[in-house]
Amino acid sequence: MKVRAQMSMLFHLDKCIGCHTCSVACKNLWTDREGAEYMWWNNVETRPGTGYPTGWEDQEHYKGGWHRDEKGRLKLVLHSKSAGLGKLFYNPSLPELDDYYDPFTFKYGDLFNSPQQEQQVTAIPISKITGTPVEISTGPNWDDDLGGSDIYARNDPSMEGIDEATRAQMEEIERVVLNYVPRICNHCLNPACVAACPSGAIYKRGEDGVVLVNEDKCRGWRMCVAGCPYKKVYYNWDTGKSEKCILCFPRMETGQAPACAHSCVGRIRYMGVLLYDQDRIADVTSLPEDELVDAQLDMILDPWDDAVVAAAAAAGIDDGWIDAARRSPVYKFVKEWGMALPLHPEYRTAAMMFYIPPLSPVMSTVERNLVRLDIPEDRRDFALADELDKARMPLKYLANLFTVGDVEPIRRILKMMFAVRSYKRRQSVEGDMDSDTLGLLESAGLSEAEAEAIYKLTTVPTIDDRFVFPPYHREMSIETLEDPLVRKGITGFGQINRPKRDA
Amino acid sequence: MTTNQLLFGALPYAVVLLAVMVTIVRWRRLPFSVSSLSSQLLESRKLYWGSVPFHWGISLILVGHLLALIIPSGFELWNGESVRLFLLEATGLGLALWAAFGITVLIARRLTSDRVKAVTTPMDVVVLLIIAVQIVTGIWIAVGYRFGSFWGTSVFVPYIRSLIVFQPAPEYVDPLPWVLKSHVLAFYAFVAVFAFSRLVHIIALPIQYLWRPWQRVVFMRKPSGVYHPAAPRPQDQGSKDHEPKQLTDQSASK
Ligand code: SF4
Repeated sequence: MKVRAQMSMLFHLDKCIGCHTCSVACKNLWTDREGAEYMWWNNVETRPGTGYPTGWEDQEHYKGGWHRDEKGRLKLVLHSKSAGLGKLFYNPSLPELDDYYDPFTFKYGDLFNSPQQEQQVTAIPISKITGTPVEISTGPNWDDDLGGSDIYARNDPSMEGIDEATRAQMEEIERVVLNYVPRICNHCLNPACVAACPSGAIYKRGEDGVVLVNEDKCRGWRMCVAGCPYKKVYYNWDTGKSEKCILCFPRMETGQAPACAHSCVGRIRYMGVLLYDQDRIADVTSLPEDELVDAQLDMILDPWDDAVVAAAAAAGIDDGWIDAARRSPVYKFVKEWGMALPLHPEYRTAAMMFYIPPLSPVMSTVERNLVRLDIPEDRRDFALADELDKARMPLKYLANLFTVGDVEPIRRILKMMFAVRSYKRRQSVEGDMDSDTLGLLESAGLSEAEAEAIYKLTTVPTIDDRFVFPPYHREMSIETLEDPLVRKGITGFGQINRPKRDA
Repeated sequence: MTTNQLLFGALPYAVVLLAVMVTIVRWRRLPFSVSSLSSQLLESRKLYWGSVPFHWGISLILVGHLLALIIPSGFELWNGESVRLFLLEATGLGLALWAAFGITVLIARRLTSDRVKAVTTPMDVVVLLIIAVQIVTGIWIAVGYRFGSFWGTSVFVPYIRSLIVFQPAPEYVDPLPWVLKSHVLAFYAFVAVFAFSRLVHIIALPIQYLWRPWQRVVFMRKPSGVYHPAAPRPQDQGSKDHEPKQLTDQSASK
């Protein structure tokens, strides 16, 4: 056992309101500059949807992540090392700018400088790359809230005179469901970007597992962009270097949550330390698909276990980190309660950001223009728990996102969430407890104390409950490397060279 | 000093010195500026038709030139049989035409794609032109002064070798026609702009990829390296560098 620590984020999808505050906070802090305009280190996708860049999950096309060959060995989908070198001059799997979008701004100057004229002046959109007018036809969240699929259709004047049956059929759209999936870099344990980089410019930071691009070593071969199955490494067309989410490590080092998490309006994000066994990464990521999820979660170690603590100490992880691992909200959701899952574990990168799948209302039926819940009166309170398979967001769809298609873990997690919800509702609305509710709790495998704890951390956590940061002791690590007085004059996050395209 | 001596005796030393010194300084002080500066993200289809033929064609030809320099006797031996001479010349010409096709597409791409134009610097144009001159004069020589691989070993190889052993003998080049001279001069121009242009990416060719482990894990401080106030500071030990020297590189899974 070789213990390493990982800073991990957890997304409680049931709470995400799709406001994109996270994306904007990130953009303002890191990517609001030339060459990086199109980068969304944090983006929020509407599901079902094609995401950003468009269709990123299509690995047949983009060749991201790892696969297991016939002999059970782990192979990079993108290339072997020699084939990778052969593709330096042209990378066939690289997304093009149009798979993202042409970053645009508006010609605001026209609003002030236009001569007097009949019509109101408009600020036309121009490309931030070429400076010429562009027709905006796509963007980073173009299909937000299923944009384009139903609102236009429902208000269509041509709907008049259409017969009842067709209408009902068209309004099946009423049943359409969506949820949001915010995404950042997953800071994987077996990162495909690191493996794909010929220059060796990308690395995983040993202390906290943040995956970073060394901009001084990056030579712009762009293999990481293609290799990352989540498409979370971006190529800066201006500087000729790749960039990615840095998990706001300068903020974490000073005890602050990353900008996306800190600004999250829905307070859906949690952060904490996870300890894991580094020795098992290679074996776990090359398991058959149906064993992947369990094995990956199993790699995460129990910070209360004496053997783990001893091994962590031997690996140089100090007490502050072990203490933080014990208080980690991510550990609680992922391991103690087993409520969270990694996104697309079938990419075999061992993603270390976790998601709690969202609850959704039970499917309704449409009859003679009336929407009716198909639930017996006396079971209304338990409707979802009884009929999870009728949830509007199909279990299978969630399973395809989080468990390689296996609906059972999703069913179990949703049932837990529903049980906690019913329990708390009964308690606060009726002021008592009945056997049906307690039975539901039991069938979800939860005790009353657990339900209470899950409720607390889900619904009324303080900022200190949501974000538990270990002491990074930057002062100490700096002093082992250099004189603090010298350091004082050179510290800072900016580039010493201007971040500008050179010849 | 005659013009010939200046151009073929002194200039090569000047440009190589410039290239080596500036490249070293740039590599060490401005590593951020070293990049292939790929524009594939902005335009991909034409790049495929330009970049692949150009890079492969030009690199293989460069290897051919180097081989001729290192083992001229091998070339002489090979060319002893006229079939083999034809084969070699045809291959060389084929590669050159391939590279010429590539660079034509690349130049056209720089001229026509708005997005690529937005990231084109004047130096990019200079580089493209120098290489275009190289390729055109090379093809000219191959066609007009047959057979370069045959006579080259007795003219150019001794000339370049004289430069390498610091006994420049520009007389070798003096009687040659201007096309041949410009081929050489274009190369010196290439070397001259090397360190100041995107050409530096040539020496960034990442062959170490072949033997490095798949994963890289870097500790910002040694896992057990806790600072003890009584220990001498790094500077006391004579290190003046503020770069973190103690980064330890550990491979994770293979
Ligand atoms: S800020 Fe929070 S609630 Fe809003 S979209 Fe982002 S993750 Fe969802």
